[in-house]
This record gives sequence, structure tokens and C-alpha cells, in this order.
Amino acid sequence: MKYIRTVKYESELNKSFYKKVIESSGCEKILECIQCGTCSSTCPVSLYMDFTPRKLMAMIKGGFEDEALKSKTIWICSSCYSCTVMCPAQIKITDIMYALKRMAIEKGVYPKGMPIPVLAEEMSKVIAEKGRNSEMEVVTRMMLRTNPLGMLKMAPMGLSLFRKGRMHIGGEKIKNRKQMQKLLSGLKKKEAK
Amino acid sequence: MKNYGYYPGCSVRSSSKSYEKSLLLVMKGVGLKMKEIDDWNCCGATAYFGTDKKMAGAVAGRNLCLAEQQKMSDVIIPCTGCYLTLRKSQDNIKENKNDTIRSALNGAGLKGGDKVSLRHPVDVLYNDVGIEKIKSLVKKPLKEWKIASYYGCQLVRPYADVDDPYHPVILDEIMIACGAQAVDYPYKTRCCGGALTGTVEDVGLRLVYILLAEMMKRGANCVVTMCPLCHFNFDVYQKKVEEKFGEEFKKSFGKKFEPLPILHFTQAMGIAFGYKESELGTGELMVEPKALLRAV
Repeated sequence: MKYIRTVKYESELNKSFYKKVIESSGCEKILECIQCGTCSSTCPVSLYMDFTPRKLMAMIKGGFEDEALKSKTIWICSSCYSCTVMCPAQIKITDIMYALKRMAIEKGVYPKGMPIPVLAEEMSKVIAEKGRNSEMEVVTRMMLRTNPLGMLKMAPMGLSLFRKGRMHIGGEKIKNRKQMQKLLSGLKKKEAK
Repeated sequence: MKNYGYYPGCSVRSSSKSYEKSLLLVMKGVGLKMKEIDDWNCCGATAYFGTDKKMAGAVAGRNLCLAEQQKMSDVIIPCTGCYLTLRKSQDNIKENKNDTIRSALNGAGLKGGDKVSLRHPVDVLYNDVGIEKIKSLVKKPLKEWKIASYYGCQLVRPYADVDDPYHPVILDEIMIACGAQAVDYPYKTRCCGGALTGTVEDVGLRLVYILLAEMMKRGANCVVTMCPLCHFNFDVYQKKVEEKFGEEFKKSFGKKFEPLPILHFTQAMGIAFGYKESELGTGELMVEPKALLRAV
């Protein structure tokens, strides 16, 4: 019989993880979390999360970097900002979720089959290319990469949208695409410095 | 004197054209002139914030600078997703005068962006145009329409400065001015599922169901929305919701799941103002509002 340890030793934690989260989210107030659980109770999707928002706040402060970044929680958050408005310590929990998403994408540790990071990535590409985004194009690209068979399941809905004149292939473009390119490369230049 | 600009956003140019059609008519009807921001780009939606914060700020920021360079004092934004993204980006511009985003914007010839006032049409119609003006334009009162006004998340949260973050009333008041009955219910700003209907469908559909069931339970025969994504979730996914939760609904409430027509709030206003259905694009709706249209 194999025994699996379910609790981490302190040496296995990243004690400065919270500093990175504060830097990326701009939210220092996380240090004032008293674990009251208001966030979890007001969250409409906490019942689908592997860690509730309250637990996640404790994990960040405690240094559970791996668990936090690999959690499904951050991808299930739908950015309704209910927790942010309700939090008695004024912690911007939604912004912290976004910070964790960015870190997870950067490290490439998001859960397998989770389409949201792929959607975000495809959307960024379309905007950089055209300046405007076409829902059809972004969703098709996402489905092809995450769930090509799911395209078939989507077909009836696509067909009825098409019948109602609500499906458009292609999409609009901005005129000054040069300016957009310059803007985006301007960001990269700064980062390189 | 306000100089209104208009930021359409990508959704009203693809899957929700009837929202833009009806919005433009209603704004013209109330005598409000607005000019589209020339060469606006996608706000980046929530996706960009989740991948690259700087890019998110810069992409959204371009629109703010364009609006200001085109001498607009207020920008009207019909999608609450775009509305919040642009507001967050403006906060960033205001707080950081010398960061990477600012210098990239400047480098691309984009200046300002911090002064323009970002508004949702519901806010503009309620606060600038006013209920009395709206009342005076009603030709066909929405009798028999029991409307559940749905606000969604991002107009009232995290910025709770337009109305109450959990129990807003401004859209209800506009609908009452149009002759409808307002249905009160506790979930006016509960999440519609957002993008989850497309990404984690099980969770997304359940959220849509919870809202529709509550509206039905409270006697609504119509829903009005103020965001193209909320509208898409309620209108387009309603068939899937019925397939999945129809039985559960019957068990819980002892009656059949009767599909609820979902209108863009500007379509409801347009009907009250006496505009033609074809001009308002009601033919695009998945759940056809035939009975409602007969009632006026």
C-alpha cells in the first residue's frame, strides 16, 4: 500500500508567492483578508470551483503557488465582481483572479482541455491582426484547438443563427492597422529594456 | 454642452445587429446626437486582462485617446463588457501618467484619454434624457408586458456609481415610462454565465437557467437586457436550457417551461415609440415575441 502525503511541508511552499500576486494585481489589501468567506458566499460559481475564493486567498498568502495556478477556480470565475464589491476588506478579488490567470498562462500550467486560455490567446491574435474581433472567427479557432468534435454539436445553433442573419463570416477591420502595430510593438520595446 | 461619441463594440456588428439598429433609432427619437468614434478598435474584452495586462490597457486605451482627439466629452457604450473594460483602462491611464502603456500610446501618436466620460445608454437615457422626455414619446404603451429588467454584472460592479450594485432600478423605471409593468426579482445583477456558456457549458447553462426560472416564477412574460452577451445567453441558449432543465423546471414549479422572449431594451423602447418591428430587428430574436407584439 502506498501512502500519499496530502499536506505540504513548509519547505515546499513558495512563501513569497503573495508578493508576485500583489505586484501583478496591484492589490495589497489581500494581506488584510480575515477569511470571513463573504466572497465565497456571494460567488455564483463557487460551487463549481475546486477551491472557493476564500480558500484561494489563504492559499496565496500561505505560498501554495502550484495549487493556486493549476486550479480550475481561476478559469471558472466569470468576472461578475460580486466578491470585489462585497469584500469587507476591499480586496479586489476579481483582479487577483486575473493576475493568477496571467501567471498560469505565462507558466503554461492551466488545466488540460480548459478552453478559456486558448480563447484569450486567439482573441489577442485577431485583435493584433485586424483591430476588431469577430466572434465567429475566435470561437471557431478556439474549438478547432480544444474540441474539434464539439464543432458538430455546435452546428444546429450555428445554423439557426445563420438563418436569423446573426452569423457573419469574416469581420470588420480598422483602417489604421499601422498605428495598432506601432502601439503593440511599443509595449514590447519597453519590456525588452 | 455635451458632445456625445459612440463606441459600438464588436458584438453589435456581428451577432447582435438588432441592438445597434434599435439603439440608433431610439437615440435619434429622443433627440440625442452621437457620433461614432472614427476607427475604433475592439476593447479586448475580458480576455486580454487574463493574458497581458499592458496589452489590455493599451488596446482599450487607443479608443479613449481617439474619442478625446475627436473632441468627444462623453462616449456611449452599449455593451457592458466593453463599458467596464474601457473604464478599467481609463483608471489605469489616470493613475499612471508615465508607465509603459502611456508611453506606447504616445509613441503611436495617441494623446489624452483620461477626460472623456464613459457611459452606458441606460445611464444616458435615464440621467441626461430623462423619464419625462421618454414618457412624452410613447405612442404605443407596452400594455400586458410584464418585464423583468436584467442589468447583469458589469454596469453596476465593481463601479457602483450608476446604480445600486445588487438592486438597481433605472432600467425598470425606463420600462415603466414605456407603459410596461416592472417585475421585481432578486437576481437583477446575478451573473448570466458570461462566456462560460461557450467555454464551460454545464456551468454556464445552469446560471442562465437559474435566472430564467426566477423571472418566470415572478410572472415575467418578457425580459429586457442591456448587454449583447447577456442577450445572447438568454435568447440563443434558451433552447438548450429548456432541453436540459425543462423537466427540472416542471418538477420545481408544476408548470411547463414556456420560452421567455428576450429583447434588447432599446427594442422594447422602440416598440413603445411606435417604430416598425422590421426597423428594430425583432426578426433576429430566437424566441419570437409574437404575443407581446400583438398586445401593443
